Amino acid sequence: MSEHEQPIVSFRTNAVIWLLLLVLTATTVYVSRLPLGPFHIWAGIGIAVVKSSLVILIFMQLKYEQPLFKGLLLIALTILGIFISLTFFDTLYR
Amino acid sequence: MSEEHRDDTAARLGMWLFLFTEILLFGGLFVLYSVYESDYAEAFSAGSHHLNLVLGTINTAILLTGSFCVACSLSAVRYGKRRLAVGLLWGGVATGAIFLFNKYLEWSAEIGRGVYPGSPQLAHVERGEAIFYSLYYVTLGLHGLHVLIGSTVLATMAVWVQKGKVNPERFVALENGGLYWHLVDIVWIFIFPLYYLLL
Repeated sequence: MSEHEQPIVSFRTNAVIWLLLLVLTATTVYVSRLPLGPFHIWAGIGIAVVKSSLVILIFMQLKYEQPLFKGLLLIALTILGIFISLTFFDTLYR
Repeated sequence: MSEEHRDDTAARLGMWLFLFTEILLFGGLFVLYSVYESDYAEAFSAGSHHLNLVLGTINTAILLTGSFCVACSLSAVRYGKRRLAVGLLWGGVATGAIFLFNKYLEWSAEIGRGVYPGSPQLAHVERGEAIFYSLYYVTLGLHGLHVLIGSTVLATMAVWVQKGKVNPERFVALENGGLYWHLVDIVWIFIFPLYYLLL
């Protein structure tokens, strides 16, 4: 049997997260139309990181998982980060 | 319950490991995007301007709503509200179907104005813009395929909840199906600003 039971996330919590996600979507569209120059792509990515964190922590219930799950996600994202940044070491200095 | 062996935590861990491979699959496409975006920033902006921002925004809201439905369906199953859970899962399937229908409208319009991989028109535009559209079709096409698979998984889950195969005592299948659906949502959360919102 499973020794680690996930708590039930209430409808209310899910609804709050859903509304936050919709507000953040409106925000990212609004911010993208501001004259921020090259920073607006980073603003878009930053808001996307916040949105996906909400989805991962609450909808995917990572917040309630054991530390192993969180550590593995961190490793996967670090590998993706290395993958992207090392590619730039090549392409930027050609 | 019978004396079968069960380990729900391990089942979820297996699903997460699979999702990591999905992250790297889409990650590869995002690597291509970031390298070409830094090389052809202006062409990417020009390409982005031609995409349908309204449909992109609507599709974002639709996928977020789908994720909300699926998250709630898991809670509903565990509260013992079977009919509500089944309804929410079909709601999730509906969001996937509406999303794909919008994609059909969007792509028909793009193809109608001569923008598709290998089109004669793209042979004459700037190289960066042609690359933007190629990445657009590959990335969003792969994502659309995931929406199709995810919707099928959700429909299966709706039937399983209906039949009691997924119930308040055993619901790891729904948890894992939901994880997949949420990942598809997360990929779109990144696609949206990168493809539709470049200024």
